[in-house]
Amino acid sequence: MALTPLNDSMITGSQDYASIDNSISSMIIDQKRHTRPWFIMFTFGVMGTGLLGAAITWLLYQGVGIWGNNIPTAWAFDIVNFVWWIGIGHAGTLISAILLLLRQPWRNSINRFSEAMTIFAVMCAGMFPLLHTGRPWVAIYWLFPYPNIMGLWPQFRSPLMWDVFAVSTYFSVSLMFWFIGLVPDFATLRDQSKNKFARVLLAIACLGWRGSQRHWHRYEQAYLILAGLSTPLVLSVHSIVSFDFASSVVPGWNVTVFPPYFVAGAVFAGFAMVLTFAIPIRKLYKLEDLITMRHIDWMAKITLATGLIVAYGYTLELFYAWYSGNPNEWDMTLLRRLSGPYSWAYAALIICNIVAPQAFWFPSLRRNLTVVMIVCQFVSVGMWLERFVIIPMSLTANYLPSANRMYYPTFWDFGMFAGTIGFFIALMFLFIRFMPVINIFEVKDLLYKLLGHRDSQIALKPVEVETSVGGVH
Amino acid sequence: MSHGAPKERGTFGLVAEFSSAEALLEAAEKAGEAGYRETDAYTPFPVHGLSDAMRFHDIRMPWLIFCGGLCGAFTGFTLQWYTATIDYPLSVGGKPFNSLPSFFPVTFECTILFSALTAFICTFALNGLPKPYHPVFNTPGFQRATVDRFFFAIEKSDPMYDSEATRKFLEGLGALAVSEVEN
Repeated sequence: MALTPLNDSMITGSQDYASIDNSISSMIIDQKRHTRPWFIMFTFGVMGTGLLGAAITWLLYQGVGIWGNNIPTAWAFDIVNFVWWIGIGHAGTLISAILLLLRQPWRNSINRFSEAMTIFAVMCAGMFPLLHTGRPWVAIYWLFPYPNIMGLWPQFRSPLMWDVFAVSTYFSVSLMFWFIGLVPDFATLRDQSKNKFARVLLAIACLGWRGSQRHWHRYEQAYLILAGLSTPLVLSVHSIVSFDFASSVVPGWNVTVFPPYFVAGAVFAGFAMVLTFAIPIRKLYKLEDLITMRHIDWMAKITLATGLIVAYGYTLELFYAWYSGNPNEWDMTLLRRLSGPYSWAYAALIICNIVAPQAFWFPSLRRNLTVVMIVCQFVSVGMWLERFVIIPMSLTANYLPSANRMYYPTFWDFGMFAGTIGFFIALMFLFIRFMPVINIFEVKDLLYKLLGHRDSQIALKPVEVETSVGGVH
Repeated sequence: MSHGAPKERGTFGLVAEFSSAEALLEAAEKAGEAGYRETDAYTPFPVHGLSDAMRFHDIRMPWLIFCGGLCGAFTGFTLQWYTATIDYPLSVGGKPFNSLPSFFPVTFECTILFSALTAFICTFALNGLPKPYHPVFNTPGFQRATVDRFFFAIEKSDPMYDSEATRKFLEGLGALAVSEVEN
């Protein structure tokens, strides 16, 4: 069966500027577009948020003893979940910043909700290390540098301190980047909305944006520079997260390949999550003309490429374990992973992260949305298992065999993790309902570019983008 | 104190409406050639080449962000150097108090944070936003400036502004409508 090659269009269907506007902004203006699936998902999310609230309340009342953490496994689910969530956020910044610098205009259709994903994922991530301190309000003096009455300062030689700065900077910069992009879209919504109350709210949110060229000029300068700043930032965030482990002497952690391998893993998990949300949303809200099969195809290819980098990382871990000549390293990285008590986790990790994504080599499978969704779920689970294998598993066996101890998570470990997933889903679905899911003005800009800067034709009648143009040149 | 229109309602200028970015670019180019300088365009998305056509040039932003970044690097490093060597020297494994390599990550993050904050604040400060009222909003049909119409304004402050001649000039550029807008 010969497959017809995908055409290069990043926008399909009969389009002009107003039709792009309608398909996106009507999701906010016409609230009736949100039907039963939205309510089901949102209810699910709110229930998860409730579980999260219960888990946090019980944790603050009772202390971190409700978790399965022990000595030597002092870092367990809390850190696994932190790294997993931070990683998921990375795809958003990659799409919004790195693909902008690389002049990949297909990012225009997917950057907004991946950025939202970044912000929500970092919110989920940040909770874990903060709550791991037990009583965060007492922990502030060793997390943030402020002149306190004890005359103490944080220890800046510690990668954990670098983490505090990296993650808080990452959150702030992502939020600013997101808000700057939202301002012109709020103005579009202000001018489209019929509801007086909504108009006033949107007029405040858009800060009186009027689309002046002088404003666009400075806006674009700022946006491009923010992208240039976010690019090294996103690479630094997961590198620094990996330093938490790589700079220690724990067998299984002390590997120099960690920074690039963690960054690749983050993008890998992040793209899987973007696809997990993009596929149902484009179907549910009929956005197939704006998020085309071309987008899904490219995202699947990036998932495959980063998956291969991750596979290379696994190979190097084994190589270092052997090459270092350190028997503890060898015992942890090879023997215990292949035949130890947690070997099931390692086997599942290899299947999820290395075997499953190979499906993306085949164009027919990349175009099968069911297959793409299934592979993405494998990747999400696999990347969580990767952090499980690296973090608590490495701690269960150290240099001193008498200190070895198994780690078993408790209900509250799972409860808090499930809670953050619910919280994330609730925020994502609120975002879908009340904010433009796709960057309206950037898609118009994309249409203008796809038309070869000859947009006077669409002033007369909408054009069939698919047949009239091949791609961006 | 009212934030609404000023007491004297003078003329803001002439605003022409175009149906495409292509037509707007051409109009801006011709207005620039004709010598109009106090002009502005209002578009639903950034149209590349329009600033050049309008002879508008502003490079303050990158320099301000660069200065913001320098401040960040200085603050980040000084914070660590001061706390680790002056205010609270603590020997950790015999490492020097001024452990330069360990101070790089936080210095780097502060550089990024301060530059980004500068970029964020300057985008709005240099653009004079938030600004709830602007005379151009009085243009008939201006709601479509954020949707699918492109507006070009020649302001009254332009030395070449002449309500009759300028209107003729704008109409000659193929505008859908030209309206005189009040302040």
